[in-house]
Amino acid sequence: MAATEEQQFPLPKILTYPASAPPSLIAQGAEGRLYKTTHLESGLPCALKYRPSKPYRHPILDARLTKARIAAEAKVLDRCYREGVRVPAVYALDAAAGWVMIEWVDGKPVRQGINDWLGERPEDGTPAASEDETPLVDLMKRIGEAVGNLHRTGVIHGDLTTSNMMLKPWASRPSNAGDKAKAVEGDIVLIDFGLATQSSSDEDRAVDLYVLERAFASTHPRAERLFCHVLDSYKPSYKKAPSVIIKLEDVRMRGRKKSMLG
Amino acid sequence: MTTTTATSKKKRHIALGCEGSANKLGIGIIAHDPLTGAATVLSNIRHTFVSPPGTGFLPKDTARHHRAYFVRVAKQALAAAGVSVSEIDCICYTKGPGMGAPLTSVAAGARTLALLWEKELVGVNHCVGHIEMGRAITGAENPVVLYVSGGNTQVIAYAEQRYRIFGEALDIAVGNCLDRFARALEISNDPAPGYNIEQLAKQGGRVLVDLPYAVKGMDCSFSGILTQAEEVVAQMKKGKKGPDGEAITPADMCFSLQETVFAMLVEITERAMAHVGSNQVLIVGGVGCNERLQEMMGAMAVERGGSVYATDERFCIDNGIMIAHAGLLAYETGFRTPLVESTCTQRFRTDEVFVKWRK
Ligand SMILES: Nc1ncnc2c1ncn2[C@@H]1O[C@H](COP(=O)(O)OP(=O)(O)O)[C@@H](O)[C@H]1O
Ligand SMILES: [Mg+2]
Repeated sequence: MAATEEQQFPLPKILTYPASAPPSLIAQGAEGRLYKTTHLESGLPCALKYRPSKPYRHPILDARLTKARIAAEAKVLDRCYREGVRVPAVYALDAAAGWVMIEWVDGKPVRQGINDWLGERPEDGTPAASEDETPLVDLMKRIGEAVGNLHRTGVIHGDLTTSNMMLKPWASRPSNAGDKAKAVEGDIVLIDFGLATQSSSDEDRAVDLYVLERAFASTHPRAERLFCHVLDSYKPSYKKAPSVIIKLEDVRMRGRKKSMLG
Repeated sequence: MTTTTATSKKKRHIALGCEGSANKLGIGIIAHDPLTGAATVLSNIRHTFVSPPGTGFLPKDTARHHRAYFVRVAKQALAAAGVSVSEIDCICYTKGPGMGAPLTSVAAGARTLALLWEKELVGVNHCVGHIEMGRAITGAENPVVLYVSGGNTQVIAYAEQRYRIFGEALDIAVGNCLDRFARALEISNDPAPGYNIEQLAKQGGRVLVDLPYAVKGMDCSFSGILTQAEEVVAQMKKGKKGPDGEAITPADMCFSLQETVFAMLVEITERAMAHVGSNQVLIVGGVGCNERLQEMMGAMAVERGGSVYATDERFCIDNGIMIAHAGLLAYETGFRTPLVESTCTQRFRTDEVFVKWRK
């Protein structure tokens, strides 16, 4: 998804000021664009998330959504950061102009890590008998913990997918793992809080997990059977987690019913 | 496999499809060229059960309608196609999802034809029918699909021989939201409530009435919007003023509802496109006829360097030809539905179907 033709879009005004490094377009997501640039000091890389207005949307609705979402995203990131959830720190914000400037996270999206691990595996996803799946299972467990940590602080992500989690390489642990295992190493850093809300209800938390479960199944059908490890490590991560897991079953049932009516 | 040898000698494969999962009874006949794979629509006949303004269609009445019209519509489809019964390879019918009573009455009709004419049966997933017909008509190769109808709201992408559901409505379907809103406004159900909302909305645009906007990742929800819209309609009837001090009209309400729910649909579709890295989008299902939705989707797709594919009411609205087409694709891979298994199911997920005809 990395943009090939850089600067094909008009830059937000903030990026037209003289900066120490020219901004580069990293991703053209659904919501907006993500630029890598520097903040104040040339040695401090940062990510600028910019939501340009959407031409298809009614201008009043568009302005309302853009502003509310950037503001909410910054607010939630701040809260998570304060509460010790691993997310990028917020450096600066202009909600009406549609941008927020945040810490740059080294690494790659979890989605890519999992795909690199899976490689050219047959469709049913069964690994070769000799394959040791421990590194992948460990990654699933770290995902469960990260989501549990987030929910503990009363934040609902709203768009949990493996694209919205980064794998930040372990700096302190020199790895002697093979190339394949390296693909799934690293700390989970949650990103993209554009649809996040604050809530501590079982229902909202369960829907958040359900969104992840389905995104995971459709993105990584070959690793779908390992999703249980996400839930296993989510369960002991905070006090109310077990009741959220029970609620998840309800949400699944409802989802299935709704999507099957002609 | 005697049938396979028999059909492969023939010039073309022909299927008759029967659809009746909701209030439309449709029978269509399609031909496939076995060499090129090209599909030709030979006939596509539909008869709709329309309920009075302010009401929805009930399963019992709808099933009665389908039974009453089945023979008539089948005869018309056969006559319009200009094929003889002997040329038909198989009878396809909607296995689900949909409303139980209408589904079973049409399945009974399909079974009767199969026994009468000694043809094989093919049970078809309604949603897969929409997707395959949309692909065939528009030529979209591998699009992200937005499937929007009275009973369904799904964002779908193909991967590894299944149509996988990326996003969906967590409560009521978007078409259901529009239909029920039309009931609150007591707009006519003829030809369809959604069509009449679209026409009324064209006279709106002066103000945008604030409605909740509910997107969660690639999923969305419409029941909160419906409740709020119904509330505003009730206030409107008592003379509520808009933000500009003028009275709110039904046209303003239709406009605002469309702008809000369609923005949500485009947003979840765009998110799925970004997620799978595609820039083509295909809209199918009855709500897909809406030109405002097509226009908004087009604006989004163009910005992503892609394009939108949509069909008109002949193929968007439930019809028999899509069942014939998807059924024939399965038939050509050897798929059959034995008589004893030719049941219906109200619940039948799009991703349950093994799409053997695609790589
Ligand atoms: N803080 C960050 N540091 C490094 N890369 C990032 C950061 N935030 C996002 N990215 C990259 O940009 C992509 C899009 O960012 P995201 O916040 O998910 O926006 P969108 O709403 O467009 O999905 C991510 O998938 C990730 O690869
Ligand atoms: Mg993202």
